[in-house]
Amino acid sequence: MRSESMNLGRKLACAVLVLVLAASAAANWLAPAGYARQYRDATGAPPSRAHWLGTDEIGRDRFARVLYGTRISLLLAPAAAFLSTLMAAFIGGLAGYLGGAWARIAMAVTDLFLSLPWLFLLITARALMPLNVSPLVSVLVTFLLLGLLGWTTAARVLCTTAASLRSSDFVRQARAVGLPGQRLFWIHVVPNLKPVLYAQFWISIPVFILSEANLGILGLGVAEPMPSWGSLLKELEGMVSVGEEPWKFVPLILLVVVVTSFQLLLSRQEEIAA
Amino acid sequence: MRSLRKTIAGGALTLLATVLLGGLLSATLVRMAPGFSADERELDPHLNAQSVQALREAKQRDHNIVRFYFSYMNRALHGDLGTSLALGQPVRTLLRDRAPLTLRLLSTGLALAWILSLTLALTSAWLRLSIFDALTTIVSGTFLCIPAAVLALLSVLWNVPGSLAIALIVFPRSYRYASNLLMKAYSRPHIVAARSRGLGEARILFWHVVPVVAPQLLAVAGVSVSVAVGAAIPVEALCGLPGIGQLAWQAALARDLPLLVNITILVTLVTLLANSGADAMGQVVRGEEA
Repeated sequence: MRSESMNLGRKLACAVLVLVLAASAAANWLAPAGYARQYRDATGAPPSRAHWLGTDEIGRDRFARVLYGTRISLLLAPAAAFLSTLMAAFIGGLAGYLGGAWARIAMAVTDLFLSLPWLFLLITARALMPLNVSPLVSVLVTFLLLGLLGWTTAARVLCTTAASLRSSDFVRQARAVGLPGQRLFWIHVVPNLKPVLYAQFWISIPVFILSEANLGILGLGVAEPMPSWGSLLKELEGMVSVGEEPWKFVPLILLVVVVTSFQLLLSRQEEIAA
Repeated sequence: MRSLRKTIAGGALTLLATVLLGGLLSATLVRMAPGFSADERELDPHLNAQSVQALREAKQRDHNIVRFYFSYMNRALHGDLGTSLALGQPVRTLLRDRAPLTLRLLSTGLALAWILSLTLALTSAWLRLSIFDALTTIVSGTFLCIPAAVLALLSVLWNVPGSLAIALIVFPRSYRYASNLLMKAYSRPHIVAARSRGLGEARILFWHVVPVVAPQLLAVAGVSVSVAVGAAIPVEALCGLPGIGQLAWQAALARDLPLLVNITILVTLVTLLANSGADAMGQVVRGEEA
């Protein structure tokens, strides 16, 4: 019964993600005017036929910004997750496979990174980069940072998995028949790490979406006028009460729905990894 | 006892490595910061050519990275953490002034989060009602999917204290672990048998459940300190609370690297101490149980 409802939840999550992805992919058709066009005669307007979610304080269509922002977050968070998973596979997988001093050094560095609170690490690294850059560069810098710094937890898991594979019978046998180390790693170890890599990839996506949102609200994320969930949520900062302009909460609701969908999907990935 | 000593030694080594590596990083970043090679005292019209030359020579010595690093570490060990580029005040003074507020905020937030988590997790383990379980999972899952900065904004909007925002950020993480641990503990055969024989719930909890789950719960408590410290940045920045989190945010916006790196090292030390302390306490509890 429980597993049936879990399956239903996953199907629903899949459907939601497909719908949101399709809508954001069709942003050019659904909102042809783009995310930066200003309607100067309708600044801070409430929802209407022309502007389904109203306009922001400088007259940009909020619906268009939500669509384009969703596209940016949903395209680049998986890209950052892919980068971090690759790094984790390289650092953690190789350290686990080589074992000994390599594994100890790699894990000591990983532990050091893990002991830093995530947001502190992110803002420190972000502050090292110039802040007054073009919007496109800011998007790339933000998600690149997430990818480059978010590998530590996955590396730890992969190191443990690779270490257990190193001492498994089939790897020992392959080594005994004289298979070279590099070939053994790529043919026998890496394919067996795949389920864990998939799981780590899926786990990283919602983490990166939330991190980008946090950075955006703090003014350290994607630069204006480029929209992202972080910059869209920054609008909540100027609100006086919840009932005042409830449509401003649409990006937040969308973000929660999407992250929840990822969480539901990754519960399956966690099962696979386990 | 031996493993406890090993844990403490491991923790101390990690702390030392953090201080040394952090110091190196800090020194390197300070060198990279804009204006490092300039000294505004050289513009003082009261100084003669020899004095200006002496200042330049002193600055030249700092260009040797090894010498600069050791001098930086030496100053740091004596409590001189440098001067903030953006605020023009000693980093030590800034940290000392703002630490009490952050400590209060974090301790209250963590206490609230753990009280809420343990109360709900215990109720869930006692009742074993699927509807209650589902409800708490949905609530904690929803909070897990809301960015920390949004919770901070909502706390401003609803005029609730920042510590409550910290509690709601930590709660879903601590609740999930606490609930799983307690569920597992309560399904152990000897506890099921004790309950069926009518042993009081309080006795079962304190004599049979707590000793089993305490080491893991302590480890999770250590990790939750790290989560709370991370949450302090958006909460203090967006709620207008002048603590260390807000200072870190201001330093990041102003690219004040000496200040930011010093704060990051300090925060790392605090989280490492919390984790090592939790591990050591867990070892003690395990030892007593054995």
